[in-house]
Amino acid sequence: MTDSQSVSHAHKQWEDKLVNKTIARFPEREKEFTTVSGVPVDRLYLPDGVEDGYLDKLGFPGQYPFTRGVQPTMYRGRFWTMRQYAGFSTAEESNKRYRYLLEQGSTGLSVAFDLPTQIGYDSDDPMSAGEVGKVGVAIDTLADMEKLFDSIPLDKVSTSMTINSTAAILLAMYIAVGEKQGVPPEKLEGTIQNDILKEYIARGTYRFPPKPSLRIISDIFAYCTKHVPSWNTISISGYHIREAGSTAAQEVAFTLADAICYVETATKAGLSIDDFAPRLAFFFAAHTDVLEEVAKFRAARRLYARIMKERFNAGNPKSWMLRFHTQTGGVTLTAQQPDNNVIRVTLQALSAVLGGTQSLHTNSKDEALALPTEESVRVALRTQQVIAYESGVANTIDPLGGSYAIEKLTDQIEEQAMQYIKKIDEMGGMVHAIETGYVQRQIEESAYRYGQSVEKGERTVVGVNKFQTDEAPNCEIFTVPPETTKKQVDGLKAVRDKRDPRKVEQALAAVKKAAQGTDNLMPVILEAVKAYASIGEVCKTLQEVYGEYTESFN
Amino acid sequence: MNQVTHKARILIAKPGLDGHDRGAKYVAHILRDAGFEVIYTGIRRSPEQIVAAAVQEDVAAIGLSVLSGAHIELFGRVLELLKGRGASDIAVFGGGTIPPADVPRLEAMGVAAVFTPGSSAASIIEKLDKITAVGA
Repeated sequence: MTDSQSVSHAHKQWEDKLVNKTIARFPEREKEFTTVSGVPVDRLYLPDGVEDGYLDKLGFPGQYPFTRGVQPTMYRGRFWTMRQYAGFSTAEESNKRYRYLLEQGSTGLSVAFDLPTQIGYDSDDPMSAGEVGKVGVAIDTLADMEKLFDSIPLDKVSTSMTINSTAAILLAMYIAVGEKQGVPPEKLEGTIQNDILKEYIARGTYRFPPKPSLRIISDIFAYCTKHVPSWNTISISGYHIREAGSTAAQEVAFTLADAICYVETATKAGLSIDDFAPRLAFFFAAHTDVLEEVAKFRAARRLYARIMKERFNAGNPKSWMLRFHTQTGGVTLTAQQPDNNVIRVTLQALSAVLGGTQSLHTNSKDEALALPTEESVRVALRTQQVIAYESGVANTIDPLGGSYAIEKLTDQIEEQAMQYIKKIDEMGGMVHAIETGYVQRQIEESAYRYGQSVEKGERTVVGVNKFQTDEAPNCEIFTVPPETTKKQVDGLKAVRDKRDPRKVEQALAAVKKAAQGTDNLMPVILEAVKAYASIGEVCKTLQEVYGEYTESFN
Repeated sequence: MNQVTHKARILIAKPGLDGHDRGAKYVAHILRDAGFEVIYTGIRRSPEQIVAAAVQEDVAAIGLSVLSGAHIELFGRVLELLKGRGASDIAVFGGGTIPPADVPRLEAMGVAAVFTPGSSAASIIEKLDKITAVGA
């Protein structure tokens, strides 16, 4: 008998004799155990020959297919970047919060913009009513951006900006602020989210239709390759897909299908894959089902490496690496008993670290109710610091690698994700799969199934459908200062009065001309923001050429 | 198995610029399951568009979902526009990321019910049965 035969023989005997006898007396808690995504979980995982395929499937950290991590020493070299997403009200207010976070040991900035800024409306636009400064900081012109980074040297900090349809404009402003500080573009480090496809799928801050939006993205890739080489030009995001309700495997699948679309768009535009692919970055969610999440991150890395090498023939190992940011799952936070959220966030952050994340945002306990207070943000940051400095999990690479359960779950998620990608390929690619609503429907169905399983009590959410208390949530609530809109609108008016209107007009005309033709949009947008043209003005100009995307009633 | 009876017509709407539509779609789905006739607007509608659709479709209630913190302004604007069109018989309810202190404030403005995260489907359906029965 071979080893694996004797294991499987002994396994059967164990099931027959020991397990069945035990179950007859003490039934298990569930008939079928599943992950939070609904994947069956076995009673026990066994050696399944993973050692035979070790080099092919797992390999070594920093080497293809990167299942065990993208860097050769991972957190033994340095910890992940602790990057808390923050921003609210005016640039002055947010600047204070950033300086506080840096003092508290944050190692990178992550800017949250308000919705008008994300969609390209000025603060005085009727569309912006009620939204100015609410979910992030309001930026209308370069003047706001200068205040946002006041006393924060851009050559000393890396900055991530959650900005998509208006990413080119905000990146141009960041470059312009750098120049004013005496920091040349090649020294700037950071990330723009710039992932428009998931906006149509799940997040909703689109402005223009898919085709021109993809063209703007290609222009950013080309421009940054030449002028801002250390900048991550896109953060291809599964986070919002998961927040909208997808399963873990769908999160991986739809994110990588988006990546495939961006790579195809850029190569069709004439860019060489190894020139831009090393600057592609990713962004995933971390939910509370620890084993499934660890497996998800590992599966995503392996699958992406194979796609880049085998499908796109990328030759540079950096093009094969899936580097990612993680945020803990906003939807998992409960309004009931908010203190419990600290524990959820801890488990989620742990799964991101065990899964090999490059940077991490931990949510605050009060975020099912409002934006977080400074105190709750500090606890969230401390959670990461305790994992880093006290838990010991950062001292060896991929500590769960080789766990029978983790390896099997990794294989399963990879396999499921490949099935979805195959289906999307057959449909003619991601743009088509989005336009027909296929992707959105898949996510909505998963969200519905999950919601129903909680309603029926098949799945327990502590404090929500079990272990409830009658106590009203007893925590301080953050509120955006009510004078924000007026301050912002007054500031915008002052900038409009002071700037040279002729320069603005010329710059906007140049933007329009580039949009109508094929010249790269970045240089003309940079000139426009330097002339203090507002976000709303640049977007209106682009909209005259590209039109606007809207969702239909159903 | 589904003993679905014909119930009132409801408009589920996303006012403002917020794109988080998981809750709105979920509520639309459970209300359809419960026998309501539901129209969902999709995201990023102005209060004007929402009220026009509600009047045109002759709905009994409008459900507003706001997660961006702009709920006071947006709920207020919808109520004001309904009043202006003599359509205050259309009940307004809603949900989203709404701090507990704002719930009584919204109710005082005339919002019939506010469902915050964790509200069960059963509680939403029960309340809507009551709200829409009043107008019938």
